[in-house]
Amino acid sequence: MITSNRREFIKKTTALTGYSMLSAAGFLNSQTTQAQWDASNFEPSPMDEVLKSVLKGKPVVDSDKIHVKIPQTADNKTPVSITIQTTLKDIQSISILVEQNPVPLVATFELSSALEPFVSTRLKLMHSSFVFVLLETEKVFYGIKHTVSVSEGVC
Amino acid sequence: MSSIKIRSKRLDGKTQIRTLITHPMEHGLNHDKKTNAVIPPHFIHTLTLAHNDKIIVTSYMGMSIAKDPFFVFMLNGGTAGDTITLYWKDNLGNSDAEKHVII
Repeated sequence: MITSNRREFIKKTTALTGYSMLSAAGFLNSQTTQAQWDASNFEPSPMDEVLKSVLKGKPVVDSDKIHVKIPQTADNKTPVSITIQTTLKDIQSISILVEQNPVPLVATFELSSALEPFVSTRLKLMHSSFVFVLLETEKVFYGIKHTVSVSEGVC
Repeated sequence: MSSIKIRSKRLDGKTQIRTLITHPMEHGLNHDKKTNAVIPPHFIHTLTLAHNDKIIVTSYMGMSIAKDPFFVFMLNGGTAGDTITLYWKDNLGNSDAEKHVII
């Protein structure tokens, strides 16, 4: 490897070691083949269509056993933190949807049984909107909704 | 320099895993202030988390996740010496992975 300067050399060596470490663990291959991202769920589309493809024909039951921590007001420039926690059992996945965003589906987390049904992340909110949280079990979805009002960033 | 930071904390029988990824998460609606051109979308769409080479979280996400995505997960059990591996992939084909050992 002929390198012209120090910076170039550091760049190349770090890239090489990182890659060899990963391929040695067999991590790159196994992970990429299994992960399939469905682009159609994450395109700008109305809420109804996204809900249909997320729910896959299962009914939604309102539940008060889902604890969602999200601020009631937010600024449209700052990330909004959301924490979801539940006492319900056998949760397979947690989905977060924001009705007024151009892409309503924020994320779907497929959790294995080794994890607690708990997730926390940060969202972007464009307008005041309902935030839906859907928890998937084998037969039904448990859902809860929260209103977050978003103020335009002034000053 | 990896784009991923992982921190873990053991709390009575559970392990809290906090992850922070450095990523712009552009949703394709922003404009460049100087040239007024649309900044093309650039976001992470798949994230996997493995505990001792067993996948525990597979997450699919869109552009509504905020810049520099931050996640917290809670693992049942977890002992010192266990490894946590995070792997992400974005829509431009970039990817990164990081290994973390629970203390």
